[in-house]
Amino acid sequence: MGGNKLNNFKHGTTTLGFVFKEGILLAVDSRASMGSFLSSEQVRKVIEINEYLLGTMAGGAADCQYWLAYLANHCRTYELKNGSKLSVAAASKFLQGILIGYKNSGLSMGCMIAGTDLSGQHLYYIDNDGMRLKGDIFSVGSGSTYAYGVLDNHYRYDLSLNEAVELGVRAIYHATHRDTASGGVVRVYHIHQNGWTKVHDGIDVVDLHYKFAQQKGLVGDGDEAKQRLF
Amino acid sequence: MYIPVNEVQKHFKSETPMMSNITHKSDQWSPYHDNSGTVLAIGIPGAVLVAGDTRLSNGYNILTRDATKLSQLTDKCVLATAGQYADFIALRKFLQQRLQLYEFQNEVQASTQTVAHLLSRELYSRRFFPYYTFNLLAGLDENNHGVVYGYDAIGSYDQMTYGVQGSGQELVVAVLDNQLKGYNKINKTFPQTQQEILDLILDCFSCAAERDIHTGDNVEILIITPTGTERIVKPLRKD
Repeated sequence: MGGNKLNNFKHGTTTLGFVFKEGILLAVDSRASMGSFLSSEQVRKVIEINEYLLGTMAGGAADCQYWLAYLANHCRTYELKNGSKLSVAAASKFLQGILIGYKNSGLSMGCMIAGTDLSGQHLYYIDNDGMRLKGDIFSVGSGSTYAYGVLDNHYRYDLSLNEAVELGVRAIYHATHRDTASGGVVRVYHIHQNGWTKVHDGIDVVDLHYKFAQQKGLVGDGDEAKQRLF
Repeated sequence: MYIPVNEVQKHFKSETPMMSNITHKSDQWSPYHDNSGTVLAIGIPGAVLVAGDTRLSNGYNILTRDATKLSQLTDKCVLATAGQYADFIALRKFLQQRLQLYEFQNEVQASTQTVAHLLSRELYSRRFFPYYTFNLLAGLDENNHGVVYGYDAIGSYDQMTYGVQGSGQELVVAVLDNQLKGYNKINKTFPQTQQEILDLILDCFSCAAERDIHTGDNVEILIITPTGTERIVKPLRKD
């Protein structure tokens, strides 16, 4: 780890979100890397903005943490002043406005804002270039290409909640398997008309690896290696 | 292969490392200096142990063998910083003053969680000219359970049970992952008592001092408990 340590902010991630008939599913990994060093395997990349809005973190961790907390503050102030909650479209637009102001300054953020309001559940992608996209499927981060492969293969709008959770978990697992900068545990959130629910707080991707291998019929679940070595 | 005499220059000029081919990067002044060293913190139920070596260096020079990297901000929390010492002093000054103001205004000391958030905001306020500091904030939470918050240079933070920062980070954190989390351990036995954790910390610093040139001289350990703070200083390799 030579060179300028100051520019090694925490990067590298896989986050994904998709809209389906039961609402929105968000799934993220939990690895934070500083250059080639793993600074943490337990990072929380879904930021709970308030009871009806969630934001995901990708890119610079400090930038995402700070500006999503700023957005939370703004949403609460709006709610108190106006007596009604800010819509997901307006909240994401507010964040976009801030990021356009800091364009080219070096901020690094690739967030998804997902939430529920009077018109339903909505998913937006916002990044530091000032891009704001509304969509049904997004994956952000260094492992996003791997997650898209799995997501695009099995996504249907009429997935059940369990199928959607399974799909999200599997997509993150495959991304962590192939992307060195993603790993740790999978966290899953579900957004529905009453707010959001944390479905999984942290499933270790190593456990998932052996579980999926067993489903494929590969029963070498580590015991063979253990017997041979010890 | 045969090269005609009058074409020799054309073939070799760009490949030979002659002085005329070397471009020197101009030595630009930088406001940042890495004074290095290692700090770590471990939280257990009822206490938190924070340790830092006392060596300050600048490149291959030792500036002093006797500088503290730890700063007690409130009765319940301690800031441990590795990186640039000047920025540590500036940050410490800001936090001490701001927390004193908090105590005057609220008639109670700030909780560890409050201090953690304050530190994050202060670090981010310098997003475009960062404090060159790698911080650990260690303290007791509302239930007197030891917690550690780890930061990067611009303020992103997360709660952890143990953390390491500084030049010996890669060396030490791998040991703690094995000893405290049981990663890659077959017989999972964990240190339970404060004395066992203390021994673990001393071992970690001895190891770091062996393999990291910037860590050494002494290790200073603060043990924060609900009843007070205890300070221990042990010598390390001075070479």
